[in-house]
Amino acid sequence: MQSLSALLSAGTRRQGCRPWPRAILEAGDWSALAAHLAQGRFTLVSLWGDADAVHMALLDEATGEAGIATCLCPDRRFPSVGRIHPPAQRLERAVQDLYGLTPDHASDPRPWLDHGRWGITAPLGRAAPAAPAAPYAFLAAEGAALHQIPVGPVHAGIIEPGHFRFTCHGETVVRLEERLGYVHRGIEGLMGGASIEEAARLAGRISGDSAVAFALAFARAVEAARGIAAPARAIWLRALAAELERLANHFGDVGAICNDAAFALMLAHCGVLRERCLRACDIAFGHRLMMDVAIPGGVAMDLGPEGVSALRALVTTARAAFPELVRLYDETTSIQDRTVGTGIVKEALVRRFGAGGFVGRASGRAFDARRVQPYPPYNQMPFSIPVRTDGDVNARIWIRILEIEESLSLVTRLLDTLPAGPIQVPMEAGPGEGVALVEGFRGDVFAYVRLDGEGRVARAHLRDPSWFQWPLLEAAIEGNIVADFPLCNKSFNCSYAGHDL
Amino acid sequence: MRHLLLNSLLSGPLTEAAPAADEIATLAASLGVAAQTRLGRSLAIREVDAGSCNACELEIHALSNAFYDVERFGLKFVASPRHADVLLVTGPVAKNMAEALKRTYDATPAPKWVVAAGDCAINGGVFAGSYAVAGGVEAVLPVDLRIPGCPPSPVALLKGLLVLLDTANSPASRSGR
Ligand code: SF4
Repeated sequence: MQSLSALLSAGTRRQGCRPWPRAILEAGDWSALAAHLAQGRFTLVSLWGDADAVHMALLDEATGEAGIATCLCPDRRFPSVGRIHPPAQRLERAVQDLYGLTPDHASDPRPWLDHGRWGITAPLGRAAPAAPAAPYAFLAAEGAALHQIPVGPVHAGIIEPGHFRFTCHGETVVRLEERLGYVHRGIEGLMGGASIEEAARLAGRISGDSAVAFALAFARAVEAARGIAAPARAIWLRALAAELERLANHFGDVGAICNDAAFALMLAHCGVLRERCLRACDIAFGHRLMMDVAIPGGVAMDLGPEGVSALRALVTTARAAFPELVRLYDETTSIQDRTVGTGIVKEALVRRFGAGGFVGRASGRAFDARRVQPYPPYNQMPFSIPVRTDGDVNARIWIRILEIEESLSLVTRLLDTLPAGPIQVPMEAGPGEGVALVEGFRGDVFAYVRLDGEGRVARAHLRDPSWFQWPLLEAAIEGNIVADFPLCNKSFNCSYAGHDL
Repeated sequence: MRHLLLNSLLSGPLTEAAPAADEIATLAASLGVAAQTRLGRSLAIREVDAGSCNACELEIHALSNAFYDVERFGLKFVASPRHADVLLVTGPVAKNMAEALKRTYDATPAPKWVVAAGDCAINGGVFAGSYAVAGGVEAVLPVDLRIPGCPPSPVALLKGLLVLLDTANSPASRSGR
C-alpha cells in the first residue's frame, strides 16, 4: 500500500510548506486520495479554499505522516471529496460559499455559511452581488405522527446561536439537523492581507474559550513558515497557558453538564474552581482568558514570581477541592441515571470523522495532537491520555475529569522545569508557508498560514475541532428523548464561533 | 454529598462586596441620568450573542458564580425576551444574526433597554470592516449603554448593569423605549 508521501509525490511538490509537505495534484490523484479517506486509511484534517484552488490536509494516524494536497480549479470546480467521505461535506459547502468553487457531484449542494445576508456571494473569491436567497431546505423525515421542533438561533440560555431542527416521534428524536453559520464573522477574509500581529489577535478571537489554543496554532504555523523556533521559556509558558485553558474549560464543562441534568450543586462548586483558575491566569498572564499571550515568535509577557505563586496556589486548591466533587458525581445515582447510556457515539463514527478531544477519546479514539504530532514541551514530558469506549455523556464527563488531573500535574511540572531566558525571538518579514496542529481543550486545532514577503498574511485557515464533532451530535441524539438534548449538547460543547469563523 | 453541603454551610460565603458606589456613579454619569438607590429593584436580562467569539458569554456566565452572585442585586437572566427589560448584546452583529437580533428586540416589551457588551458590540471590535458583520449593535438597534472590554471582566459587566439598574428605575427614564 502506498504511503501518504508517495501518493502526494504524484503531484508537483511545492517547496516551502513546513513541516507538512504540500503537493499540487491532478484531479484524478485528488480523487484517489478521497477514496483512501473513504476507506479509512487516512484522516481528514481539514479542507479549505483559496483564490483558485482547494487544499486538504490529511494524516496517516498509523505512521504520524501528514501532508497537504492541492487541487487547482481553473474552471472553478473540483472533484467532491464529501461525495464519498461525508466529513468533508460541510467544509466543501463552506468553500463553495466563501470562494465560489463548486464541488462536482456533491451530495449536499446547499449553502452552509452563506445565509444570503452578506449582500454578495463568494466574498473571498470572485465576489458578486447576491440575488435573494431561497429558503433553506431542511432534510425531510417522513412518517405518520412525526412532528418538528425548531430551536434557535437565539436559545434560552446564555449560549451561542445556532439552529436545531428536531423531528420527533413523541418524545423520541428521529432526526436532528443542525444549521450553523449564524456567527460567521468573515475571519479568513479579515486575516488575508492583515499584518501578522493583527492576524494573531484575530486567531485568539476565533473561539474565545480556546483563545490560547488558536493563538498557539497560529503562532506555530507562522514560526514554521519562517523556519524559526520560539525560545524554550516561551514554549513552556505557552504550554502552561494551554493547560490552564484546558483546566478552566473542563471545570466549567463538568459543572455545566451536570447542571443541564438539574444537578446545580456541581455547577456551583465547579464554577468556583473555574473562577479561581481565571483569576490565577489574570495574575500570571494579565488576562483572565489569556488572550494575546501566545504570539508568533514567543509570548507577549513573562511570568513573574507573583504569577508562579498564584498558579501553585491554584493547583493546591484544586487538588484539595476537586476529588470530593468527583466523588459527589460518582456517588449520586440521580445524576448517573441521566448521564450513563445517554447520547452514545460509536467508535466507528468518531474514527471516520476524525473527531478529536473528549468526543473522540470517550468513544475509543486515543487521538491527542500533543502525542500524535508531538510538539515541545510535550515531547519531553510524559503525560497520559485518558480513553474510554462507552461513548456516552458519562464517558465525556469522565474524560474531562481525568484530563483535569493530568493538566494539574502538567502545570506543576511545567512550573518546576520552567527554563530561564528570553521569551521572544524577533519576527522578520519574509515569505513562507506553515502548518501546525495543537491540542486545545476541545480537541485538535489545525492552522495553515501563507505569508507574503512583507510581513503580511496572504492566506490563513484555522480549523476548529468542532467541524468534526458537530455532525456526530446529530448521530448521538438519535433515539434519545428531546429532554436529553441539552445534556448531550453540553457534553459535546462544540464551538459555534470556532466553526462558523 | 452531606459532607460537601455541611462544609459549605460552615465556611463563609465566597461572594464579594459590590463594586464601590463612586465607580458606578462615574459610569452612570455617562448615561446622563442621576443614579438612584438600587435596593429593592430588579431587572430581567435577556442575553443575545450576535456574533461573539464566545468569550463575552463566558464572562457573562461568570456573573452567576458564587464570587459575583449577580442575583443578589436583583439582576436576573431570563430565557425569553418576553420576560426581559434589558437585552444584553455581544458580538459585532454578524449579518447572519441581524434579523434574529432585531426580532428578539421586537419581542421584548417596552420599556426596554439595550446594552452593548464588549468591544465588538460597541463598534465591531477586531471584526469591524468585514463583509459579514454589521459593525456593532448600534447598526441594528438603539443602544443605551456600552460596556467596553475584550471581553469585559465580570466586575466591569456588573458595574455596567448596576448603572442600568439605577437608571432604569429612575423616574426620568420610566417611559423607556
Ligand atoms: S469583544 Fe472580544 S471577547 Fe467579546 S466577542 Fe468581541 S472579540 Fe470576543
